[in-house]
Amino acid sequence: MIRVEKVHKSFGTLDVLKGVSIDVDKGEAVVLIGPSGSGKSTLLQCINGLEPIQRGRIEVDGTDVFAPQTDLNVLRRRIGIVFQQYNVFPHLTALGNVTLALRKVLGKGRAEAEAVAMRQLERVGLGDKSHCHPGTLSGGQQQRLAIARALAMEPGYMLLDEITSALDPELVGEVLTVLRDLRADGMTMLIVTHEMDFARDVADRLAFFDDGLIVEAGPPAELFDSPKTERLQLFLRRLTQQRT
Amino acid sequence: MKYDLRFWVVWEAAPDLLRGAQVTLLIAVATMVGGLVLAFPLAIARRRDHGLLRSGAAAWVEAARNTPCLFQIYAFYFGLGAFGIFLDAWAATSLALLFNNAGYTAEILRGGLAAVSPNQMKAARSLGLTERHAYLAVIVPQVLRIVYYPLTNQFIWSLLNSSLGAIVGLTDLSGVAMVYQSSTFRTFEFFLVIGAIYFLMAKGVLGLARVSAWRLFRY
Amino acid sequence: MQVQVFSGLAPNDLLLLARGAWMTVLMTLAACAIGTLLGVLAGLAKVALGPTLRAPLDAATDALRSVPLLVQLTLLYAGLGILGLPLNPFTAGAIGLSLYAAAYIGEIVRGGILAVPITLRKAARGLGLTRRQEYVHVVLPVGLISALPAWIGVLVGVVKDSAIAAVIGYIELLRTAQIIITRTQEPVIVLLAAGVFYFVICYPVSQLGARLEARFKL
Repeated sequence: MIRVEKVHKSFGTLDVLKGVSIDVDKGEAVVLIGPSGSGKSTLLQCINGLEPIQRGRIEVDGTDVFAPQTDLNVLRRRIGIVFQQYNVFPHLTALGNVTLALRKVLGKGRAEAEAVAMRQLERVGLGDKSHCHPGTLSGGQQQRLAIARALAMEPGYMLLDEITSALDPELVGEVLTVLRDLRADGMTMLIVTHEMDFARDVADRLAFFDDGLIVEAGPPAELFDSPKTERLQLFLRRLTQQRT
Repeated sequence: MKYDLRFWVVWEAAPDLLRGAQVTLLIAVATMVGGLVLAFPLAIARRRDHGLLRSGAAAWVEAARNTPCLFQIYAFYFGLGAFGIFLDAWAATSLALLFNNAGYTAEILRGGLAAVSPNQMKAARSLGLTERHAYLAVIVPQVLRIVYYPLTNQFIWSLLNSSLGAIVGLTDLSGVAMVYQSSTFRTFEFFLVIGAIYFLMAKGVLGLARVSAWRLFRY
Repeated sequence: MQVQVFSGLAPNDLLLLARGAWMTVLMTLAACAIGTLLGVLAGLAKVALGPTLRAPLDAATDALRSVPLLVQLTLLYAGLGILGLPLNPFTAGAIGLSLYAAAYIGEIVRGGILAVPITLRKAARGLGLTRRQEYVHVVLPVGLISALPAWIGVLVGVVKDSAIAAVIGYIELLRTAQIIITRTQEPVIVLLAAGVFYFVICYPVSQLGARLEARFKL
């Protein structure tokens, strides 16, 4: 499981996380929602050590992420992460993107790496694009490629940071479909998203972030239908205003 | 091996060197301003889809950018001689640099114009501004910001390249140094000093540009 | 106004021009090769080194780009003479032109590497790649490829700037042209030939660079 305990993080003088605690159990899908700049994406990048924290503790399967003896490169094999944009390596083919880490990090041979890679590419619906360069792929295809690349490492956890936010609306669906399939396969996921319908469907638990803290958390139905805090009520009201 | 570096020889030539530096600056400024003036019609002509103006402008710009600056100086200095026009080093260098600067600057301006989204114009016109007013109030200020440092670099580049005029006898900073080194044989000393002077001039221009930018572009 | 075109030129002059052109090509190739090598190393060093170690590199780059090439070559040639290592004009010119090109290429390489999007690098680290692997397999390829159009621009500049090596006695195309013109008073044909030569080399290459730049902007 992922355990985040009272984590504080700042960028210079700007406090981004002000004492965040949350757990993600094996097999759970936890979705983080909240206004921009509330710290959700930053938390994700702290979990696999891409961003340092100033106070608190993050544990993945019992390993303290920020302990000096922790080998982050080894830890990161267990955690897959996908970002909002500029994910995929433009100078490699789709197949090359997926096999790079398989060969360099896991030490697999070329043939084995390519076999694993093709399986994942087919899983996300890019089987026929294996020899294409990302420049020729749509945004949705690139994101699916990024997901396949992370999945190929067979991680125990997937961190998904607003992966549809930079996509044209008609491409969002294909990526969310992949995520739903992933969920159905039982992957443990920590997702940051603005797609509320998706959040309601997929999340086992929802956490509402605002200004560096988790203000409210619980099952999605509870948060959406009967928000307890005023800030969440305000946030949800603004969302529905957008829809009408 | 020459152990003794005699810089005092350079010091004695200081008045002439300063005069040479003046020539350098004068030519650089004049050809940059002139080049900028010529560059506007060139840039606009190149943005057209087809026609004689576009081809003519393209020919100018591509000739300027794909032949050596020294070649262009030779073209004016020697080439016009065949037509009975004998230019002195000063005129030839100035015209060549003018031609050169116009070409490069036109490309910089073209890039700047292209970088401003056409939506800006549409938005301005939608508000009721005339085309002329829209250009002056909306497009040109944005283009100015985009092209400011490329133009500064272009100016510094032409300042440094004016030294090529010395090859045809121009008495700019390099020309004066060349004359003196041929009589004193203190090539190293002279060129070290003028190298430093060029460096200071270039830095001076850059500093001036930065200060001006800060004043011009404060929002 | 009489335009004199056919007088004074001998077939031998064509040979001289050809030789001059060849000298230009040699100088260009040498300076491009050495300049690129030095420039890439300098660019990588500027990214990798801390501010204190980087300072001399930055200062050298600054000097090389703020002083006319004519002055640099003359200084180099005279300086080598003083040090008792008189090199021939080709070698001195190649060294001077290489350093000049390297200054620009170094900045281009540095810029290209620094421009690699941060999420691309995080994606690489997130997959478990070590810092070294991240650099070798992601940052360097992407950074260098994005620097390609600007690098091509520098190469075109070297072709043109090779003409300046004439001041230290390297008889390349333009100097040869000038010599022939002074002797035969036949400027138009000679200049035309020289101009066409430079244009035919520079224009296609800069067009290639422009097309690459457009492709990368996508």
